[in-house]
Amino acid sequence: MFGDYSIGDLGSIFVMQGFAGLILFSVYVLMALGLAIIFGQMGVINMAHGEFMILGAYVTWMTSNIFQSYLPGLFSGYFFLAMILAFLASGALGMVVEWVLIRHLYKRPLDTLLATWGLSLMLQQAYRSVFGAREVGVELPQWMLGSLHVTDSIEVPINGVFVMGLTVLITISVAYVLYMSRWGRQVRAVVQNRIMAGAVGINTEKVDRYTFGLGCGIAGVAGSAFTMIGSTGPTSGQLYIVDTFLVVVFGGAASLLGTIASAFSISQTQSTLEFFMSGSMAKVLTLLAVVGILMLRPQGLFALKVRK
Amino acid sequence: MSDEANKGLLSPLRRKLLMGMAAVPAITMLPRASFAQAPATSAVNTTGLAVTDTEVTVGILHSATGTMAISETGSIEAEKLAIEQINAMGGVLGRKIKFIQEDGASDWPTFAEKAKKLLVNDKVAAIMGCWTSASRKAVLPVMEQYNGMLYYPTFYEGLEQSKNVIYTGQEATQQILAGLNWIAKEKGAKTFFFIGSDYIWPRTSNKIARKHVENVLKGKVVGEEYYALGSTQFNSVINKIKLTKPDVIFTDVVGGSNVAFYKQLKAAGIDLAKQPLLTISVTEDEIDGIGGENIAGAYACMKYFQSLDNANNKTFVPAFKKMWGEKTVIGDVTQAAYLGPWLWKLTVEKAGSFDVDKIAAASPGVEFKGAPEGYVRIHENHHLWSKTRVGRAKLDGQFELIYETADLVEPDPFPKGYQ
Repeated sequence: MFGDYSIGDLGSIFVMQGFAGLILFSVYVLMALGLAIIFGQMGVINMAHGEFMILGAYVTWMTSNIFQSYLPGLFSGYFFLAMILAFLASGALGMVVEWVLIRHLYKRPLDTLLATWGLSLMLQQAYRSVFGAREVGVELPQWMLGSLHVTDSIEVPINGVFVMGLTVLITISVAYVLYMSRWGRQVRAVVQNRIMAGAVGINTEKVDRYTFGLGCGIAGVAGSAFTMIGSTGPTSGQLYIVDTFLVVVFGGAASLLGTIASAFSISQTQSTLEFFMSGSMAKVLTLLAVVGILMLRPQGLFALKVRK
Repeated sequence: MSDEANKGLLSPLRRKLLMGMAAVPAITMLPRASFAQAPATSAVNTTGLAVTDTEVTVGILHSATGTMAISETGSIEAEKLAIEQINAMGGVLGRKIKFIQEDGASDWPTFAEKAKKLLVNDKVAAIMGCWTSASRKAVLPVMEQYNGMLYYPTFYEGLEQSKNVIYTGQEATQQILAGLNWIAKEKGAKTFFFIGSDYIWPRTSNKIARKHVENVLKGKVVGEEYYALGSTQFNSVINKIKLTKPDVIFTDVVGGSNVAFYKQLKAAGIDLAKQPLLTISVTEDEIDGIGGENIAGAYACMKYFQSLDNANNKTFVPAFKKMWGEKTVIGDVTQAAYLGPWLWKLTVEKAGSFDVDKIAAASPGVEFKGAPEGYVRIHENHHLWSKTRVGRAKLDGQFELIYETADLVEPDPFPKGYQ
């Protein structure tokens, strides 16, 4: 298939394709991080993860509308505020959900699957009633559109670079919070042994609530960032949920490193295959590979002990 | 809607009304004859449909919930508007239209079940409904078994024809061929890159498009790619487009994927003002989500744009906005859905009966002069004769009409040489 093209063309396409893979990688990590925290640290299967993301997207949409109407001068910077608001909104909703619903189900992990699935349906209908069934278009500031012109044939999408930067920032922050901070130590202590952690004076209920809130908040930020590359509608969250679970399960449920390694291998496989065959075939082969590896390693790439 | 647009429709009615007025003294003696021109129920309804002396019931069957609600909401709105307008003009055969709305919930078995409920329990005289081909295929056996009448609004892949369905959208050859001819001539296009969502409509449409490009236009298809419904990552295929440098990108990507595709195309530095792109799946409804700035310059090929400049459309658009809000946009399918109740009304009046068999037989040749897209007529194969148009997307989310076929294009659901 390469016979007709010049060396220069091919070189730049491989560079571009490398970027495409990296962007996909960042998107997967960003999608999966919130879920990995909730699933890994708490053992809760959050089927409503996509809807928490879309809440972030709707918050971004509302923020952009408010800036356009009242603060048009500051529009170019609204996105940063929108991401913070998205984090707070999704995180707050997550904490409420944990308090109302999830905390009663900690001893029944499979029921959390059903309960959060029901929650996702309720949230979808709520979005439909509040924002309408049609998709909304989130207007982006001019500097976030278009691409960086490197050479005539190499152009780097700005939104891709933005997502990559955001992913690195959030991953480092999460790693820092979980592994360096006092609160992170408490979270890990609760994961390892809830009763002992309670006995030494850790408020385990509070830790649970904040962990769930953090996971949902990160989902909100991801949703906010994805307004640059995807659609915002009541059911858009469903577009992400399958890939998200794939990344988390393949990576090994409890491991941050596993999630990253899994996102990397799936995204690279997929984007390389997509280049050589059609999109649907690439997806099929990627999924087959994942299934094959999971049969050999049911615990995923990196496995840690999960709370039983 | 003002009377102006529907003079053609109103005049026979007026004549009947006048005749009726002349007969007022006699009629006042009859019990329950509230409409002068209304023929007796026993005469117009011999099969036990839900028709009374004053009312006739139809069904509306679309997804108001679930993933398809995004698309089907516009169709529901258009059908309700048409019914309200018909009632304001006196209804059908002197009977007001009452509708029962059922929710298909984006789930194909639910569509079939609700269609059965509408036909068997509610005895509706006609159903305005379905959107995706999958839902239509699920409903079709029910319509045929219980002898119902379905008015189906979406442009679709063809390869179907039924006594019990009137297809008010375009079938694939009607929609695609004229657009390809136009872009080949106008842009001197020789190479085409096809990209679509992976299900029956894009695959069939692209098959037809490929035959046309290769056999008729003597061009070349340099790529044909499909992505699963709901895919949100198109960077790899965009790289392939950059590598193959096609004269035209031809797309039938649908749903949420559409938004991702155009946003990423723009971000990858492909300027649609310089790189011609022809889509058959993006209407004004989709642009709402995509954002005008991401798709401005692309060409769309279908039969209706909200910006069409004709007398019918100039009354239709404000009436729609008055009923459903100033910000609502009207896409191709929404307009086709609006035709459903009108075509049914005209056919009932032509047949002089609500009976489904008589309506099916009377449908060919029924003309609707008040259609927002302009004059349409039902073909023997139950599809519509309609014009095909090419529009260019503008920043504000509307299309600017660039080209339209001189004559109505004949519907050809089983195209020879294209299968």
